[in-house]
Amino acid sequence: MSTTAKTVEALVNREYEYGFVTDIEADQVPPGLDEDVVRLISAKKREPEFMLEWRLRAFRHWLKMGLAAGEPKWANVTYAPIDYQSIVYYSAPKQTAAPGRLDEVDPKLLETFEKLGIPLSEQKRLTGVAVDAVFDSVSVATTFKEKLAELGIVFCSFSEAVQNHPDLVEKYLGSVVPYTDNFFATLNSAVFSDGSFCYVPKGVRCPMELSTYFRINTAGSGQFERTLIVADEGSYVSYLEGCTAPRRDENQLHAAVVELVALEGAQIRYSTVQNWYAGDREGRGGIYNFVTKRGKCAGRGAKISWTQVETGSAITWKYPSVILQGDDSVGEFYSVALVNNHQQADTGTKMIHIGKNTRSTIISKGISAGHGNQTYRGLVKVRPRASSARNRTQCDSLLLGDRCGAHTVPYIEVANATASVEHEASTAKISEEQLFYCKQRGLSSENAVSMIVNGFCKEVFKNLPMEFAVEASKLLGVSLEGGVG
Amino acid sequence: MLSIRYLHAGVEGKDILRGIDLEVKAGEIHAVMGPNGSGKSTLAQVLAGHPAFAVTRGEVVYEGRNLLEMPPEERARAGVFLAFQYPIEIPGVSNAQFLKAAVNEVRTRQGLDELDAMEFLELLREKLALVEMDQSFVSRAVNEGFSGGEKKRNEILQMALLQPKLAILDETDSGLDIDALKIVANGINSLRTPDNAILLVTHYQRILSYVTPDRVHVLVGGRIVRSGGKDLALELEAKGYDWIREDAGAVQPARA
Ligand SMILES: Nc1ncnc2c1ncn2[C@@H]1O[C@H](COP(=O)(O)OP(=O)(O)O)[C@@H](O)[C@H]1O
Ligand SMILES: [Mg+2]
Repeated sequence: MSTTAKTVEALVNREYEYGFVTDIEADQVPPGLDEDVVRLISAKKREPEFMLEWRLRAFRHWLKMGLAAGEPKWANVTYAPIDYQSIVYYSAPKQTAAPGRLDEVDPKLLETFEKLGIPLSEQKRLTGVAVDAVFDSVSVATTFKEKLAELGIVFCSFSEAVQNHPDLVEKYLGSVVPYTDNFFATLNSAVFSDGSFCYVPKGVRCPMELSTYFRINTAGSGQFERTLIVADEGSYVSYLEGCTAPRRDENQLHAAVVELVALEGAQIRYSTVQNWYAGDREGRGGIYNFVTKRGKCAGRGAKISWTQVETGSAITWKYPSVILQGDDSVGEFYSVALVNNHQQADTGTKMIHIGKNTRSTIISKGISAGHGNQTYRGLVKVRPRASSARNRTQCDSLLLGDRCGAHTVPYIEVANATASVEHEASTAKISEEQLFYCKQRGLSSENAVSMIVNGFCKEVFKNLPMEFAVEASKLLGVSLEGGVG
Repeated sequence: MLSIRYLHAGVEGKDILRGIDLEVKAGEIHAVMGPNGSGKSTLAQVLAGHPAFAVTRGEVVYEGRNLLEMPPEERARAGVFLAFQYPIEIPGVSNAQFLKAAVNEVRTRQGLDELDAMEFLELLREKLALVEMDQSFVSRAVNEGFSGGEKKRNEILQMALLQPKLAILDETDSGLDIDALKIVANGINSLRTPDNAILLVTHYQRILSYVTPDRVHVLVGGRIVRSGGKDLALELEAKGYDWIREDAGAVQPARA
């Protein structure tokens, strides 16, 4: 084995830091899924009629999909069939406080989030970041809510939004990702339990980062959360999402939906650092991260940027996309995906140009180590009306060692002759020469590899909010432990 | 400081160095000259610990330690520096970030405190002036898009920052115009102290007008076929390498 190979190996084999389980009594429904379970979830959340109706329509549609094609088969990932009747669709820590009352939240939960580096208590809160903490199926606390409310910004759990802002929810829910969208999104629409909701009113610039931290705890449960962010005309919001789960030998399903709506002149930045449990070195366990994320630039000059750093999960299936409906609107996708050991990722984006003069940028950096395998899959579609639409795509893959793989699958459909679409792709191995050069200057193999890998990802990291960029770059170092070969 | 005895090295299935003997004492500058393909870079890389080359016979003692047993980063931390003939590009990593990491790594191993951002910048400014490099180089990615001459000056900058005990310069003078050559020579001379030693690998006599060597060695076909004082370089320049090949009855190098 080359020295590069050995270093990657050493780097990749570090332990997953967030693999602990919180021992807490859960209120959960029995495993399995039928209409009664859907009704039960809705009833537990005391939802208005329109929500239940919507869930039921989704559920019935999902049954039809199951009888037809079932799960999407086109992705370049393999896994044993999922038994949807063995999953627990609702699990919430018992005795949850009235939303917003931090002093009533079970200390065990506060402790859990503190251990994850997300302190929720008044004194220790992260400065400049408002956090919605989601534990299994429910949101346990949202910080800085009152402060944001002064500006008219709504930031709360999805359940609360359904109670307090049903008009907004009814108007925008499913407006970007309809319940018929795809197998996993349809399942989510039927059973989603919680998630975050955010509304930024006209002309308001949200003064702090909004953030949701998702934690899966209960064994055998799936997490089906739903996030909806609406930025009204001329507003701005930056949103962060983080995720972890305990270390377990069984796979757990995470099928989330995120919908973003940016009205005229509004801007939404959505950043994800995904660090779900990835499974062990032999590929046992880990999260199936089957997620639908899509934004709509609904008005002129709107802008949506997705930045993702995907280092966790056994399997990632995820294509944060932008529908560029308004003229002059802008969509961006910046991605770093790292697979190690036996992780698989099929990820990318879709940029749908509908409005005139719409612009999109795609920068994807894939790092494969160990036996990891990943595919960049991206669609750039220019509709007939989208004159002068522009896209630039850059897909780079970095291979660490020779047992891993990287693939690039671009789909380009252009129906307007004035559009310009550029696609560039490259695949490189971390070179022995680069490593030797660094070592000759006194750097250890680990530092050299992490420096080279971070350099490779720089174009993406520079789009992350600063505190997050530091985290992401550290996370990359950790996820690589033992994988540098 | 450095003692090379009967060193044989090569790459898989190919012998390149075939019995090198060389003694370098502190305070000395040794020039190693020779035609293309004679093994100069191989010697430099073997001393720095490049994993592509295997040492088959012989030994190298550096400051009383068995150099060949030390991994490359240990050699660097112990004061061995190689200025690469072809410096490597590292996209996305700024020169400043790279240099700071290197300087601090070496400082920590020598029991010194790490430099903070301000202290490092101060040191960097001083050294940049020495090699007449513009401030803008430090924020650019390591060697990326640098011209040949800029890459070479960047190597000298690194050497000036790291203050090695033993500097091995592999054709740092090649491809430089006269002004750049003087700058590089100046950088080399500023490292010249009674405690340091320099192994100056070069193809041409040119740089030796600015850096006066104590000894000159001629490498042909993986062997040192002749050693002498600084006048040997002038003689080589006048008569060419063929003269020495014939003179030494040396085996033809694998490739000229
Ligand atoms: N990595 C390598 N693989 C195969 N042959 C090599 C390698 N490196 C050097 N050589 C060969 O070894 C000989 C000496 O090369 P080198 O040390 O670079 O010479 P110089 O620096 O004196 O020009 C040449 O014939 C060259 O082709
Ligand atoms: Mg050479």
